Amino acid sequence: MTADILTFFVFVLAVFLGFELIFKVPSMLHTPLMSGTNAIHGIILVGGLLALAGAEGVVEQVLGFVAVVLGAANVFGGFMVTDRMLQMFRKKKR
Amino acid sequence: MSTPVALAFLAASILFIIGIKLLSSPKSARAGNLVAAAGMFIALIATLPLMRPTAANAILVMVGILLGLAVGAVGAYRVKMTAMPQMVALFNGAGGGAAALVAAIEFAARPHGRSFIAGMLFAAVIGAVSFSGSIIAFAKLEGHFEKPVTYRGQQFANAGLVLLVAVLGFVLAGPSHSLALFVIFLALALVFGVLMVLPIGGADMPVVISLLNSCTGLAVAADGFAISNLALIVAGTLVGSSGTLLTLAMCKAMNRPVTNVLFGAFGKASTETAAAAATGGAVKSIQADEVALLLGAAQQVVIVPGYGLAVAQAQHEVRMLADELGERGVDVKFAIHPVAGRMPGHMNVLLAEANVPYEQLIEMEAINPQMSRVSVCLVIGANDVVNPAAHEDKASPIYGMPIIEAEKAGMVVVLKRSMGKGFAGIENRLFVRDNCRMLFGDARASLQELVAQVKAG
Repeated sequence: MTADILTFFVFVLAVFLGFELIFKVPSMLHTPLMSGTNAIHGIILVGGLLALAGAEGVVEQVLGFVAVVLGAANVFGGFMVTDRMLQMFRKKKR
Repeated sequence: MSTPVALAFLAASILFIIGIKLLSSPKSARAGNLVAAAGMFIALIATLPLMRPTAANAILVMVGILLGLAVGAVGAYRVKMTAMPQMVALFNGAGGGAAALVAAIEFAARPHGRSFIAGMLFAAVIGAVSFSGSIIAFAKLEGHFEKPVTYRGQQFANAGLVLLVAVLGFVLAGPSHSLALFVIFLALALVFGVLMVLPIGGADMPVVISLLNSCTGLAVAADGFAISNLALIVAGTLVGSSGTLLTLAMCKAMNRPVTNVLFGAFGKASTETAAAAATGGAVKSIQADEVALLLGAAQQVVIVPGYGLAVAQAQHEVRMLADELGERGVDVKFAIHPVAGRMPGHMNVLLAEANVPYEQLIEMEAINPQMSRVSVCLVIGANDVVNPAAHEDKASPIYGMPIIEAEKAGMVVVLKRSMGKGFAGIENRLFVRDNCRMLFGDARASLQELVAQVKAG
């Protein structure tokens, strides 16, 4: 088995895992869940960091820089905004 | 990739999985978000040894992260609770844009073998669609061109664009490796994102954002293939598949197939027939002091909050009213429609912010069997979710959507700014029912007056 096939293997398993994970979610959690998974795809920041670190020439640097800014905004903003939403749920006992 | 780094990425992936699992239950949701954030932290730290930046690039990396952190933090903490959905749309757009850019850099810098090119192109096109689509979704939620934008031959134009992008994709996957073509490819994808979201009404934006969220996830996974990074593949795929399921769940809550949301802008003809049918009676208005009397004398009051409550920022006032009534022995409950507001769960978040006890929030399925025993149903800024046309009028665009059966209560009082239509743009036949009264005015001002009147009475 080549590395490519193994990677594909991981991908397919992850597809099914994603379906299973949120099979039954109460509708009031739809928004926080969307927001939380939104933050998780901010992992693209890892890709942005690697691209910018290895960037050669101004064009690559500019594109990489924008990718890092966008990725970081996605990650940090995403987790913070989700936490702010969920904080509201916790204060329910007065 | 060295073994420790690979193991760190594995740990991050596991934390993401546990995080999503915890996020799907109310009690553990906040912990779940923090667990996922911890996973992200590990993934970012594990990336450091993989980077061998020049001095200039290292500075760019640091400035870029700090700038993104600042933008994200300001956005996340300054935004009002009512504007949460827009914020999620923007962050999602940012992620999509980053995914497209990472793919673009890979394309420009490192022409790989065929399978990698495929991942790259997929990430570029989906990331770009997600980026521009999210920005349009944001604008629509902010109230710009909310109405569906439609023109003749729109479906053909969009289909043609998809075909063109696909053809360009195949050309680019070949040996040509033309940068100019790649730029056109990206630009067309951006245009498609705009055209895809424009014909969709503002009320359906949550579904669109959820869909674009899962698209960004897939784009990130495709980037993972392109740069051989398993953490990107696992995290992106999890978001992609869970997001798809979430999108379908949202559509189910509205009882509409996803294709209808994406491709069938609300029909004009059916709106007109529904409007004609609803004009079979006159709207009766009521004053705040009368409402206060009704409420004070009621045994059970059910409050149905909607987007109007959010717009008026009246969540605290409604809680005060509920408290006042509670002290007078009135049983007060809040009936939460799954898609009330601009996003599923929007009302739960808002009311929780105002310290409304969790036990008072009742979901639609649980409250409907009780509605006939309710003395007064107070509808605050909600419209389509209480429109009986969903049960009665087969021609109505919302026919079949589950609603809160407000019309079954002894008396219905609707707090409304004006006789405007709901987000779906259709008339509400609840308003002309015999047991329905309208209290016109800003929801917040009306509620303040109600609280004062109940206190005095």
